[in-house]
Formats: sequence, structure tokens, C-alpha cells
Amino acid sequence: MGNEQSIFFSRVLTELTLSFHIIYATIGVGIPLMILIAQWLGIKKQDEHYILLARRWTRGFVITVAVGVVTGTAIGLQLSLLWPSFMELAGNVISLPLFMEVFAFFFEAIFLGIYLYTWDRFENQKKHLLLLIPVAVGASASSVFITMVNAFMNAPQGFDLVNGQLVNINPILAMFNPAMPTKVAHVVATAYMTSAFVLASIGAFRLLKGSNHIYHKKALFLTMKIGLIFSIATAIIGDFSGKYLAEYQPEKLAAAEWHFETHEGAPLMLYGVLDDGEVKYALKIPYALSILAHGNPNSEVIGLNEFPEDEVPPFYIHYLFDTMVTIGMWMAALSLLYVLGVWLKWSFIHTRWFRWLIVLGGPLSMLAIELGWWFAEVGRQPWILRGYMKVEDAATTSGQVDLMLVLFAGLYLLLAIGSTYVLTRMFRKNTVEQELADRELEKEGEFR
Amino acid sequence: MTLEFIGISVLWLFLFGYVIVASVDFGAGFFNAYSLFRGNQHILTKIIQRYLSPVWEVTNVFLVFFFVGIIGFFPKTAYYYGTSLLVPASIAIVLLAIRGAYYAFTTYGGLKHKRYTYLYGLTGLVIPASLSIVLTISEGGFVTETASGIELDYWALFTSRLTWSIVVLSLTSVLYISAVFLTWYANKAQDKSATELLRKYALTWSVPLIVTATGIIVELKDHNPEHYSRLMDLWWLFAISFLLFAGTVYLVSKRKSYGMAFGLLTGQFFVAFFAYGISHYPYLLYPYLSIYDSFTNEAMAIALIIAFLGGLGLLLPSLYLLLRLFLFNKDYVQGKKNDHA
Ligand code: HDD
Ligand code: HEM
Ligand code: HEM
Repeated sequence: MGNEQSIFFSRVLTELTLSFHIIYATIGVGIPLMILIAQWLGIKKQDEHYILLARRWTRGFVITVAVGVVTGTAIGLQLSLLWPSFMELAGNVISLPLFMEVFAFFFEAIFLGIYLYTWDRFENQKKHLLLLIPVAVGASASSVFITMVNAFMNAPQGFDLVNGQLVNINPILAMFNPAMPTKVAHVVATAYMTSAFVLASIGAFRLLKGSNHIYHKKALFLTMKIGLIFSIATAIIGDFSGKYLAEYQPEKLAAAEWHFETHEGAPLMLYGVLDDGEVKYALKIPYALSILAHGNPNSEVIGLNEFPEDEVPPFYIHYLFDTMVTIGMWMAALSLLYVLGVWLKWSFIHTRWFRWLIVLGGPLSMLAIELGWWFAEVGRQPWILRGYMKVEDAATTSGQVDLMLVLFAGLYLLLAIGSTYVLTRMFRKNTVEQELADRELEKEGEFR
Repeated sequence: MTLEFIGISVLWLFLFGYVIVASVDFGAGFFNAYSLFRGNQHILTKIIQRYLSPVWEVTNVFLVFFFVGIIGFFPKTAYYYGTSLLVPASIAIVLLAIRGAYYAFTTYGGLKHKRYTYLYGLTGLVIPASLSIVLTISEGGFVTETASGIELDYWALFTSRLTWSIVVLSLTSVLYISAVFLTWYANKAQDKSATELLRKYALTWSVPLIVTATGIIVELKDHNPEHYSRLMDLWWLFAISFLLFAGTVYLVSKRKSYGMAFGLLTGQFFVAFFAYGISHYPYLLYPYLSIYDSFTNEAMAIALIIAFLGGLGLLLPSLYLLLRLFLFNKDYVQGKKNDHA
């Protein structure tokens, strides 16, 4: 296998592993917060339903965490296996957040173990709730740290390259690079948003499938409220991310927006197709790109003409970007309608078609996560470390990457099937109605 | 003390931690499968699951700590080991992934299959074997640096006696460590039949362990004489390790203080592991990489050490809490309390 091929297969394998890990990782970051909120509400309102909600979410969560952990271990090792030269450089400059991430994992893993096995152990329920806080903090912290590493790849700083030697290394500066604030905030907000909508889809699905239990209605309303808050946050931070790009990675923004010439008062092109360098059938919103980029309709936006041809990312990222933004707007609107509908007693939010839209929301949000990452990563091409190292110079020289790709593809297929099967079985066998009834009996002492 | 030395000590310590906790995990899986095969599974399953359930994720993080840490402290290892280990490490990852996921699916998800219990038990042996290959490679002689990059000579690796003796040592250690620990745990759970069974396993595996451990030293004499002579300089550490080993075996055979027996075992492995590590010094990959020429820059090293101290401050109390609530909690260990979500 030639080196061209090693590079190609290394890319495909990295894409595959990350795209798979991110599904479970996103759930892993967001769900602990949801459990925390539900359990807290349950204790505050003395409402069994919320407590049970927290408990059932926890059970599902352990399964997704397990897959998150094993795929995360895979990507952690794979980065060194597939991109040895990059990791050598990264090890020198950006290993601090990577190292801190491990402590976040430890923290999360330890307290998750404790939390999981101490339900009903404490007289005071609040003590048990306290144990969940480190889990949620650990999970979010690990996403913060890993995103710092990724931000560094987009806006490297904190070192100088003199004659191929790394000098003046400053780990703190490398961590707090210009891409960091928007990236970290956007990743964390979207993880919360997606987790909320995934849980909302489950609630809506159960309601559609005939259960009319108040438990599901409470779950749905709660998760839609949380989803609304974080989808608004996502859109706002997303706007800041666009401004970051305009400032520090103009080629990514320009390729995403099919903005070929630098000029002022740039319009935004939504969708459309590219025909010989001409944008056709696009929805053109005048001045909108200038607003997105700099917050000023007349500002100048840098176009692709300023970059050498071999440093321009592929144009298909336009679709990734547009679809992500569309999903973001759509979910914010959908959850707003639902929350307003509950308050103002609109009846259409209880119709079947509306519930189906909510069911669709979970997978759509997850899709937006994938699209967002593909956009961010492919938009960095051809660089692995923007401005310093190209992807083709970083890949392994080993000839067996194609075999490994097959091996891992099989693994992920197995994990995907296994986790889906276990999760559906777990909740099918033990319905909410059943469990609530059991608990009542248990309280009255008739059980067992 | 140099920064390099602090770095490698920290990593070696966590690797040691992984060896102990993961051995208990791997061995438990194997004993569980073996007892299913022998038809006395009911004796062990509960004990094993009660211990493993709250801790399996923590075990995994020890491993992650090691490989993330080594890239932080010794970035060049990413290049040398990363290139040469693609295949063996990938296989180990896949096995670890299947094992971890399967454990979670069965324990938390209620999925059960006899066939998988055997598979699970087997991965408990195959994973340590495949991970131990890294130690073999580090002895040198299997990796060569050419103009086109780093090459691992699989043929030499798989036909080397050293490889196989390290593999066998990893297996005997896993089974021995696990059996001694679980004897102690079963005894705490006041489960007589499990204690007896595990005690028998512990004694059975003590002999192969000491034989294979001695065998490695002989093998090294041929393979890497330089390393062998440094090992010999440290003969007194191995002697201490042997005394500790004898102590464990004595206590277990007399059915006395199993907790102490496990303590001595930890001591035995600690001393031997560090003696081995010291004799390996200064090489990370003989003769290409030493801890000095692969070390990170000073700014990063200091940042990592500070982060490490901060992290440890967080970690130790949490680990203590975990142990107190599960390992040292009578009601939990004896199965009177479960409280699973
Ligand atoms: C639920 C998922 C989701 C949704 C609805 C959105 N995003 Fe997003 N977006 C992500 C999930 C995401 C992400 C997966 O979190 C990314 C990938 C890498 C990153 O930093 O965040 C991302 C990246 C990303 C970037 C690139 C940042 C970079 O490369 O440094 C920009 C400019 C935006 N987003 C902007 C938006 C805007 C204006 C949205 C309007 C609502 C939006 N995103 C919705
Ligand atoms: C190249 C990128 C990544 C690497 C190398 C990586 C590495 C890892 C590793 C090694 C683990 C297992 C830890 C353990 O043993 O407990 C893990 C799990 C996890 N990762 Fe990733 N990760 C990456 C991307 C991400 C991203 C982008 C996020 C968040 C948005 C994330 C969030 C998590 C979380 C929360 C866990 C804990 C398991 C869970 O709760 O599901 N990771 N990751
Ligand atoms: C978890 C969320 C992430 C996802 C879904 C993701 C997705 C992707 C995708 C799709 C590519 C392929 C780009 C291409 O080949 O055109 C890629 C490349 C890459 N990403 Fe990310 N990425 C994530 C986070 C990270 C992080 C946090 C790191 C670093 C620590 C990272 C390191 C890399 C590397 C080394 C490559 C290979 C070089 C390249 O092809 O650009 N990624 N990623």
C-alpha cells in the first residue's frame, strides 16, 4: 500500500471513529445535566415522577456511557497510531488539556460508579443528588478539554517554529487560543440541546404509542423547555463562531458560503448548487453574510480569491453548514411553539403530527452535531494544524490501515446494534406504568 | 531529581495501578467462565459482579491515563510506538471495546448468554497477552528505523522466545493477582464456598507465576544482555519481591488474614515492577528512545506536573470514597445492599 493510500485510509478511519464516538459522547455530556435537573425537581416538588424519570434516564445513560468510554479509548489511541507526527507535535504543545481531560474522566467514572449503586442508600435524598454533580461536571469538563485541543488545531498558537524546531512553548497560551471560547461554548451548548431533544423524542414517542401517562407529559414538557433554552444559546454562540471564523479562518467561512471574491456588503447564499463557479438556485439574502461575519451590513468579507488554490477547503461544506443552521433554527422554533403551546393551551401541540415532529427532533439534532463536526473538520482541510502541518504529512506510514478500517467498522457496527438492542429491550420490558405500580406496592409493604 | 525522572515515575506508577486493577478484572472474567464450564458458576458470579460493577470504568481510565500521559511527557513515543504498534494496539483496542461494552450490556442491560460468558473469559486472557507485547517491543530488536519510517518485524516478534515468555508471565500474573484479591473479597463477603474455591485457584497459580517470572530473566540474558546485567545489579529488589511472594502464599495456604496477603502481593508486584522499570532505565524503546531524548519541553513538563498534582488532589479523596462505599462497606460486600439504579 502506497503512502497515498495510508493517508486516505487514515482519514476515513479517523472520520469513522470520531463520527461514531461523538454520538455517544454528546449524550454522555448532556444527559447527566438532564438527570440532575429531573432529580432536583423531584426532590424539590416531592414528585415521584421526576425521581423515576431521573432513575430511568440513568439506567439508559450507563449503556451509552459504556460505548462512549470504549470508543473514546479507541480514538485516544488511534490519534497516535494514525497521526504519529501530528501527535508528536501536539504532545509537545497541547498535551496539557488532553492530560487534564483524563482527570475529568476519572472524576466522572468514580462518581458515576458511586451514584449508580447508591440509589435508596441515603436517608436524605439530597445527598444522593450531590453525588451526581461531579458526574455532570466531569462529563462537561472532558468535552471542554478535548474541544480545546481541537480549537488549537484550528488556531494554533503558544509556540514558534524555528528551522523545524519547536521553541518558546507556552502551554497555557496554546490552550486559550482564539478558537477556544466559541468552540467550547458551542460544543457544550449543542450537547445539552441535543440530549434534551433526544429525551424529548423518547417521551413523544411513548405518548404516540398509546401511553397517555402524565409521566411522559411531564418528561416531554421538561425536556422541551431545556431544549428551547439551549437551542437559543446554540444559535447565539453559533453566530459568534461565524464571527470567529471571519476573523481567524476566513477561508473556512468563505468556502462554506461560496464567497469567491472579497467585497463589502456580502450577501448570504442559502443552499443552491454550484455550476462552474456560479451559484444557482440559491436563496440570496442581501448583506446577511457581512452581518454574520462582522455584525455590520457594509463590512468587508474576505473571499477565496485571497488564498492559494491548494489551501481552499472543499466546497461541499456549504451544505453541511446550511443544514446544521437550518436544523438549529427549526428546533428552536419547534420547541418555542411547544412551550408556548403548553402555556397558552394551544391544542395542535397535542396532535399526532406535531408529536411526530418532536420525535424527529432528536435524530435531527444528532445529525446537526455530525454535520457541524464534519463542517468544522473538513473546512480545515488541507491542514491538520492550520498553517503549520498538512494532513498528508501527518499520517502514519504503516501499510495496514485498510485492514484496521475494516476491523473497526465491524466493531462499531457491533456496538451500534448491541447498544440499540439493549436499550430498547431494557425499557420495553420494564414500562413506566409497571414500575410506578411496583413502587406504590413496595411502599405499602405488600411487595415481596 | 530531574523532570524526566518525575515524569516516568508518575507514568510507571499509574501503569502499575492499571496492572493491578485490570488483572483483577481480567482474571475475574476468566474464573467466571471457567466455573461456568465446571458447572459451579453460582459460587463465583455474585462475588465477581458485586466487586466489578461500580469500578470497571475507573479501571479503563487508568489505561487512558497512561497513554495520554506518555504522549504528554514523552511526545516522541507517539511517533515511534504509534507507527510500529498500529496492528497490535488496534487489536487490543477492539478486544477491550468488546469486553467493556459486553460487560455493561450484561450487567446494566440484563443481557445474558452462555456463549458470551466464555468469550468474555477468553478476552480476559487475550487482552493482557496483546498488551504485554508492548513490553517485549520495548526491549529492542523488533523495531527498526529505516529511511521510509519505522518498521515492526512481526516474524521476529512472533518467533521470539522472549515474546512468549512475557505473554505467559502476563497470564499467570493476571490469574494469580485476581485469585488472591477475590479470595480476600469473598472472605469479606463471608461466602465460604467462594473463598475456598478462589483460595485453591490462588495457590494453583502461585507456582507458574514464580516459574515464569524467573524464566523472563533467563530469556533477557540472551535477548538484551545490557538489560540483563542491570537487572542483576538489582538482585536484592527481586529478593525482597520473592520474600513478599512467599508471605502471601504462606498466609493464603494457612487461611490467615487474606487482606494482609493481598497487601503483600501488591508489595511483591510493586517492588518487581519498579525493579524492572529501573533496570529498563533510561530506555523507552531500546536503543532508539531514551527518556532524555524523547522528553517534552520544560514548560510543558512543569505544566503537566502541576496539573498532575492538582488532579491527584481531586482523585485520591474520590477514590477513597469509592473504596469506602463499596470495597470496605460490609453491607454492600455481603450483598445485603444493592441500591442499583
Ligand atoms: C445540535 C447541533 C448544532 C446546531 C443546531 C448548530 N450547530 Fe454549529 N456546530 C455544532 C453543532 C451545531 C458542533 C458539532 O458543535 C460544531 C462542530 C465543531 C464545533 O466547534 O462545533 C459546530 C460548528 C459551527 C461553526 C464552526 C466553528 C469552527 O469551525 O470553529 C459555526 C460557524 C457554527 N457552528 C455556527 C452555527 C450557527 C450559526 C447555528 C445556528 C443555529 C448552528 N451552528 C447550529
Ligand atoms: C479526538 C477527540 C477525542 C478523543 C481523543 C476522546 C477520548 C476519549 C476517551 C479516551 C474516552 C474514554 C474515557 C474513559 O475511559 O472513561 C472518552 C470518553 C468521553 N468523551 Fe471523548 N474523545 C474525543 C472527542 C470527544 C468530544 C468532542 C466530546 C464532547 C463533545 C467527548 C466527550 C466524551 C465524554 C463525555 C466521554 C465520557 C464517556 C461518556 O460519558 O460517554 N469526546 N473520550
Ligand atoms: C468528536 C468530534 C469530532 C468529529 C466528529 C470529527 C470529525 C472529523 C472528520 C469528519 C475528519 C475528516 C476530515 C477530512 O478528512 O476531510 C476529521 C479529521 C481529523 N480530526 Fe476531527 N473531529 C472531531 C474532533 C476532533 C478532535 C477533538 C481532535 C483532536 C484532538 C480531532 C482530530 C482530527 C484529526 C487528527 C483528523 C485527521 C486529519 C484530517 O483529515 O483533517 N478531531 N475529524
